[in-house]
Amino acid sequence: MTEYLRPRDLDEAVTARAAHPDWMVLAGGTDLMVNANHRVVPAGIVDLWRLAELCFVHVGDAITIGAGTTWSEVEHHPAIRERLAPLALSAREIGALQIQARGTLGGNVGTSSPVGDSLPALLALDAELEVASVRGRRRVPYREWCTGYRTTKLAPDELIVAAHVPIPDAATRTTWRKVGTRRAQSISKVMGAAAITLDGDTVVSARVALGAVANRPIRIAAVEDAVKGQRLGQAADAARAALRTAIQPIDDVRSTATYRREVAENLVARFFSPS
Amino acid sequence: MNITFELNGQMHSVEASPWKRLLDVLREDLRLTGTKEGCGEGECGACTVIMDGEAVNSCLVAIGQCHGRTLTTVEGLATGDVLHAVQRALVACGGAQCGICTPGIAVCAAHVIDRGLLEGADEATARTKVRELLAGNICRCTGYQLIVDAIVVAAREVTR
Repeated sequence: MTEYLRPRDLDEAVTARAAHPDWMVLAGGTDLMVNANHRVVPAGIVDLWRLAELCFVHVGDAITIGAGTTWSEVEHHPAIRERLAPLALSAREIGALQIQARGTLGGNVGTSSPVGDSLPALLALDAELEVASVRGRRRVPYREWCTGYRTTKLAPDELIVAAHVPIPDAATRTTWRKVGTRRAQSISKVMGAAAITLDGDTVVSARVALGAVANRPIRIAAVEDAVKGQRLGQAADAARAALRTAIQPIDDVRSTATYRREVAENLVARFFSPS
Repeated sequence: MNITFELNGQMHSVEASPWKRLLDVLREDLRLTGTKEGCGEGECGACTVIMDGEAVNSCLVAIGQCHGRTLTTVEGLATGDVLHAVQRALVACGGAQCGICTPGIAVCAAHVIDRGLLEGADEATARTKVRELLAGNICRCTGYQLIVDAIVVAAREVTR
């Protein structure tokens, strides 16, 4: 019989995590409950769904989003919509209404699927994750978080607490775009996000991230370097050329490597086109 | 474990593994077979129920998570013998064919209307919004036209 624990607070949650590292940490269940009847039955469940200390959005110098915040909460939060557009836009295209009501930021970051829709947004916005265990708390820059296919820097006794997302300055424009068979529900063929700092129409610096083109969501350093100092438009051509040799997408059931490469080039070119 | 929750206005207790899906508890333990299983992956929306005021896929909810929560299934949409406006509109507009997706659509649409998500929208905007808000409910029979018609009619009736 599966054991079940619903911690009352984060202290209780990290204690449970330390005592039962083999138990499933469950929140909205939108990944872990898929085909649940055909899965290995977990020895126990630590249920973090709606744990109050994980469900918050704090707006300060940065915007801090609790790991238990759902995608509908992200999508509808005024400060996130206004200041962190890529996150709000990705939230709107994660699954559909039912998935957005249950899927959480912590879940997307913890599952760390290469097609996690919010993950390129977190990369482009240069977010930092906060994790907790009985040993204490620490922060991990999100760009260092993903270590391989669905693997992360999270230790077996740790829980994800929040993402701290710096607010882009006025000279930085941000964007996010997903390409799939259909807006809702479909798993992305390619998606990407960018934060582009401009002086007039010249690119000062940029962070460009793509999903579904590697075994994890990635920043594309070759593109970021190629666009520096270029004017929008020229930068689009430079980005396209730099991307061509920078990624090795795969063929799978959802798309082909050739298609993904071409769409990814179009995405980054669009990011650097004059608006 | 023992799990107690409010379902369609009444308290229920079940003895089940916390890992069992809410969908299976509804259909097997409580014999509420209005909620359907389509895909079991959270893609199709046939198993949609309302949990603490949000439309969710019951195939993706572990029953342990339901302890102390409030649930509404398609059986709870009607008030006595009076169907919910959206159920009446689905009947009147012919917004159903084989019927597997229909309970999920009725629940999701009732949630959308009762939450006021279509309030103040003109006809064209309402149609667009319905298609977006119900994008997680897949119908393989109808092409959606009559379903959208029904939800827009119901929304108008409720807000009037």
